[in-house]
Amino acid sequence: MHPGAWWLWAIGLAVAVSQTTNPLVLLLAAAAVTFVVMARRSDSPWARAFTLYAVLGGFIIALRLVLHVLVGLKWGEVLLLPLPEIDLPSWAAGINLLGDLRLEGLLAALFEGMRLAAMILCVGAANALADPKRLLAALPGALQEIGTAIVVAISVAPQLAESARRVHRARLLRGDGARGLRAVARVAMPVLEDTLERSMALAASMDSRGYGRRGETSPARHRTTGALTLGGLLGMAVGSYGILDTSSPEWVGLPLLLLGVLLGALGLASGSSAVSRTTYRPSPWRLPETITALCGVLAALAAFASAHWEPSTLTMPLSPIGPPPLPWLLTLGLLVAILPAVLTPAPPLTRERDRARRITTTEGSHP
Amino acid sequence: MSWASAPTVLFEDVTITYDGNDSPALAHVDLSIEEGELALVVGRTGSGKSTLLGAINGLVPHFTGGHLRGRVLVAGRDIATHRPRDLADVVGVVGQDPLAGFVTETVEAELAYGMEQLGLPPETMRRRVEEVLDVMDIADLRDAPLRDLSGGQQQRVAIGAVLTQHPQVIVLDEPTSALDPTAAEDVLAAISRLVHDLSTTVIVAEHRIERVIHHADSVIHVVDGRVEHGPPAQMMVTSSVAPPVVELGRWAGWSPLPLSVRDARRAAGPLRREIGEVPPPTVPPGQPGGLEAKGVSVRHGRLVAVDDVDLTLRPGTISALMGRNGAGKSSLMWALQGSGQRAAGSVSVDGADPAELGPAVRRTVVGLVPQTPGDLLYLETVGGECERADVDADVSAGTCAALLQEIAPGVPADRHPRDLSEGQRLALVLAIQLTADPPVLLLDEPTRGLDYTAKSALTRALRALVERGRTVLLSTHDVEFVAEAADRVVVMADGEVIADGPTADVVTSSPAFAPQVAKVLAPAPLLTVAAVRAAVGRPTA
Repeated sequence: MHPGAWWLWAIGLAVAVSQTTNPLVLLLAAAAVTFVVMARRSDSPWARAFTLYAVLGGFIIALRLVLHVLVGLKWGEVLLLPLPEIDLPSWAAGINLLGDLRLEGLLAALFEGMRLAAMILCVGAANALADPKRLLAALPGALQEIGTAIVVAISVAPQLAESARRVHRARLLRGDGARGLRAVARVAMPVLEDTLERSMALAASMDSRGYGRRGETSPARHRTTGALTLGGLLGMAVGSYGILDTSSPEWVGLPLLLLGVLLGALGLASGSSAVSRTTYRPSPWRLPETITALCGVLAALAAFASAHWEPSTLTMPLSPIGPPPLPWLLTLGLLVAILPAVLTPAPPLTRERDRARRITTTEGSHP
Repeated sequence: MSWASAPTVLFEDVTITYDGNDSPALAHVDLSIEEGELALVVGRTGSGKSTLLGAINGLVPHFTGGHLRGRVLVAGRDIATHRPRDLADVVGVVGQDPLAGFVTETVEAELAYGMEQLGLPPETMRRRVEEVLDVMDIADLRDAPLRDLSGGQQQRVAIGAVLTQHPQVIVLDEPTSALDPTAAEDVLAAISRLVHDLSTTVIVAEHRIERVIHHADSVIHVVDGRVEHGPPAQMMVTSSVAPPVVELGRWAGWSPLPLSVRDARRAAGPLRREIGEVPPPTVPPGQPGGLEAKGVSVRHGRLVAVDDVDLTLRPGTISALMGRNGAGKSSLMWALQGSGQRAAGSVSVDGADPAELGPAVRRTVVGLVPQTPGDLLYLETVGGECERADVDADVSAGTCAALLQEIAPGVPADRHPRDLSEGQRLALVLAIQLTADPPVLLLDEPTRGLDYTAKSALTRALRALVERGRTVLLSTHDVEFVAEAADRVVVMADGEVIADGPTADVVTSSPAFAPQVAKVLAPAPLLTVAAVRAAVGRPTA
């Protein structure tokens, strides 16, 4: 599967989720995401990161509740827990520390936390389903060099840990059991020198293997690319401002944003055509990719439709507390978003792990 | 001269001077290397070998800085006007440490990386990757993460990764220095296949000349920035560095000079008769003391690195620990020193277990020079490191500097340790560890990157040490060094000791570990040219 398809799908779902604080819908969305991830994730290390995102989501909900108890505005009728309110000095007026805990406020905080957690879960799903490295490889030509830089930067971290460990062991050999700041200084020096040397070696290797080769570009082409990119950025910035600022005229918002995106895309395309780089075994974009991306987009559209035709169903009534209503359109959209779980091909079992295991065992037995 | 027969690599009166240096690194070099030639670059450390290799793909001066005079043409392109990346399609470079040059994470992606930069069409890339997987014999490692590979496999992937770009020239800077003899043979066989099957021009620098010389078509001898280029046999007659088989031939006055064991053995008939029966080497009587280890085991996770090893090291002997990469040599050394972990067993030096001592006391009992000695250094100057070592070991000022002067005379005290040569850096770390005067000294792969001169300096230093009643254990892949330096050899495989005995007995019984002189003169148990000289009782010819 093309990694971009899963990302589009996940972004669509995240957008849909962001429109609602209805707990019923949020739970439904979380279930849908989890179901698809379980059905279509591979057995690679990054796929296991989904659990991590789920834990992060739980943590966010808990944090939101704790913050509500500490400083939140406790509104509502139903008293849950009487707590003393602590008076703050006048410069912090407006903030209530603690105070009686009331059900309605707590529920509102819980649902807001759930919404954020569900969005985090969507990002986690994209990470679990799409190999981040393949996503970088699928970047347009003009961004390839940034992609390479990211890959290299990621691979530096384990190396850094490795050389820190090695140098620390070497310090012991010199009879230096020092801990704390002094030890840090003594370990840091060789580690930094080591990292610098490695970086230089890597840079030399990349240079001699052709990294950064560019085809001939005319100055005119250069200027066009620059103007398009700059115009795109400006359009996107002003457009986003227009959307967020309700007092600005209608045409400043969405139309300008779309124009910005279009100009930016043209700029990227213009920049990419100057790069002669190609991709080995590029991920193809076929029918399953289109279906997946479409399902995500449909979910987002359904959310907007719900917001337009049945806005009252997107929140749970809190004063007075009532049962959460079911927004039909959004629910339908979420059901559509489950479809990739069956309509996409199952991920191939990677041979990599088999191989890696075999190699480690051979190395263990007689390398 | 037609275009086709033009040399692939051409140096015309090339002088390269690095910024801040008075004397040039290369001076007035004229050199021409033909298509399909395997040229071996030899010379001492610091003679300008790396500069010469770097100039072939333009890393010198584009990447390193410095001033280039004269002209270097590679496949008709001038390096002055072409940056390394512009030469990537004609020159491939493989360094000493393959892992340091890897850009991606898996074998297949690494093989494709260079082609992606060149902008080759995906179908071509796919085909070439498959071809190279076969040529380098790494097809079953296709998806393997690069970090999980053994050293020999990594080096073959690194060579494969430049091969996919179909370069006309491949430059290899000490491709086998980190490899055990068998892995090195694999890599060299792959290189020689390139020359013969694909008629790629290969330029390779190597300290252990004996491994490559019989594959080479020509030898480029670099001395103090000056370059001589000629057929191997002719160049070796006067070379400043020479493998044992050449030294033997020079001493015996054989002509033409044999370069391989096979040629030397043919010439050695009369010499073998002259030597006749040689009494088996006498084993020096063991003295009490030293280090005693019983049942030592080391585990890394579920991997058993060292499995129930008994080892006794007596004072006055140099022992060598040999075996494949990953056989457990380093783990055993760290466990013996006490800083590394030990899952089971006991180690005792004069009744004390080093693992139970604090780091400062431990190093006065067992000293260890690790595989990357530079890790021990963190100060700005050599002098500073020496002073620090005196303070750490609580000895009178100047002890460490005096030791360094003894081991490697003339290391400038104001030099930054990173700017030293491999040999000088090793000498500095050795001096620092000897400042604490431990009765037992362990060295983990001390010969890596050392030339013949530095190796014999190391041998002298270690010999002086054991004559003062100290105990030395070193691990190495270098059989010639073992033949020169060690009294006893311990061979490890799979975490166990599989052979242990006097050097002559152990190394002559295995073709992989036998030094060249022993192979030439078998069955006489003579390992070095010096030993032959002594046995014949004839001075140098």
